[in-house]
Amino acid sequence: MSELGGGQMRGVPWPSNGLTEIPFRVYTDPEQYGLEQERIFKGPTWSYLCLAAEIPNAGDYVATTVGETAVIVARDGEGQINAFVNRCAHRGNLLCLERQGNVKEISCIYHGWTYDLAGNLTGVAFERGVKRQGGMPPEFRKDEHNLQRLRVAEFAGLVFGSFRDDAPDFESYLGPRIAGGIRRVLNRPARILGRSIQVLPNNWKLYAENTKDTYHASILHLFLTTFRINRLSQEGGIVMDDSGAHHISYSKLDYASEDADYKQAGLRSDSSFRLKDSSVIESVDEYGDGISLQILTVFPSIVLQQIRNTIAVRVIRPRGLEKTELEWIHLGFDDDDEAMTERRLRQGNLVGAAGYISMEDGCIGGFVQRALRYNDEDSGIVMMGGYDAEPQPFRASEAAIRGFWKEYRALTGA
Amino acid sequence: MDEVAVRLGVQELIAAYVDCIDEDRLEDWPDFFVEQCRYVITSRASHEAGLPHGVVYAASRGMLIDRVTALRQANIFEPHRYRHIVGPIRIEQVDTTVAQVRSNFIAVRIMHDGEMGLFAAGRYLDRIALTSQPYRLIERLVVLDSQKIDTLLVIPL
Repeated sequence: MSELGGGQMRGVPWPSNGLTEIPFRVYTDPEQYGLEQERIFKGPTWSYLCLAAEIPNAGDYVATTVGETAVIVARDGEGQINAFVNRCAHRGNLLCLERQGNVKEISCIYHGWTYDLAGNLTGVAFERGVKRQGGMPPEFRKDEHNLQRLRVAEFAGLVFGSFRDDAPDFESYLGPRIAGGIRRVLNRPARILGRSIQVLPNNWKLYAENTKDTYHASILHLFLTTFRINRLSQEGGIVMDDSGAHHISYSKLDYASEDADYKQAGLRSDSSFRLKDSSVIESVDEYGDGISLQILTVFPSIVLQQIRNTIAVRVIRPRGLEKTELEWIHLGFDDDDEAMTERRLRQGNLVGAAGYISMEDGCIGGFVQRALRYNDEDSGIVMMGGYDAEPQPFRASEAAIRGFWKEYRALTGA
Repeated sequence: MDEVAVRLGVQELIAAYVDCIDEDRLEDWPDFFVEQCRYVITSRASHEAGLPHGVVYAASRGMLIDRVTALRQANIFEPHRYRHIVGPIRIEQVDTTVAQVRSNFIAVRIMHDGEMGLFAAGRYLDRIALTSQPYRLIERLVVLDSQKIDTLLVIPL
């Protein structure tokens, strides 16, 4: 093992040049956490901001975060979506407190500074003083104190933001395969069916890796095997963009045969655990391509999920070294009929904080985090399926995790 | 309609329900519901916005039984229990067959190692069938005050 870089490097040293050894300290080191905020979340990456459908009208805004940084995304009078930091240029006060709303302008409650919906400073209370006393010096220029803007990209109804001008444009950032994967799922106007936040007792990267970890699925999540579902899974694999930063894991299912098989097996007495009500898995091939599972990640913190007919965006939000908020935005589509909505709601039991095939992901990161406490001097290994971060036609692999670390190391300079 | 008798019956149902969960007799939990029932766990924010998704969404007693089987046989989590405290009930509407009732609750989560803390606070919005003895739930909407759930939710609320 050779340590790279030496003195000029910040953050946790890496054991090798390869992608297969992950130093445990990346999950426990406070300096590393700060480095990530600066170089990843505020680096040349893109983060999820909101759904375009949440801010349809002029003045609509959503207050969110990119990493830990508070950000406002707002639609202005021309219909354009703008994003800027949620921090008054004057004394740094939080401008928007509520998650969502509609305003004519953004105004600071502390000293009354106001901004337009593009983040430009438009008003300073008592700028000329009171009774010609006080006020700003004559050199003060409002246009030098606008809110720091983010670049904004709207894609398939989702709004993304980036702090950096040198980030590739959003579609180039994704690459054609990942862009295609998003368009496949969000192929028509979506609507929100529900929203919840799962608070994870672990570093954000443990969840980010988990979503790229196709190895653990049938081992940690026993629901499908216990109830003998999904025995007819067909081909699947891992797709990645050229950088390896983003991935798609997918598998196909013969929906019709599954339905017949499940009903038939239910009649046999040898099967001990069968669902009493199988509507939780009764699904339709709504995309017509047989793909029943597509987990797609966009580095660093976005997951787009299609599991049968459950569609969700998951946003990974770091909240300190050992705490992560995972926001679940459950989606349906404007053209869903009542039966389709009901189907999505019932299958919704599969995912989320109480999800039959996802709840374990809520605790597993916390178990790792606990095990690493003052015991983090070694490295974990991710060698399943080889050493590279390349697409693979099978899923017993850690290739997508290696892709995450490849990008992570490039951005953090490790 | 004997209002006192209805009130006592409803109270008994609601008290027995949380006792069943807190004492880990989860196999009995589906029996508090009629066959064609609805049990949904949602948040105040989602409920007020009219969003239909539930963190748990059951539309039959069978789905409740499956929840318990999954919890016992399939799902992996650290052992823990709840202690529910339910406040006074309010009967909002009642006719000869159905009572509409609301109550407030908190649930403390006690982990196997003794670590404990407030896990959930919220309202039960119930529609209760008065046609059987004991009374049974036609619908229980669990409206959590917070949209945040710590770690995971596996034991019903």
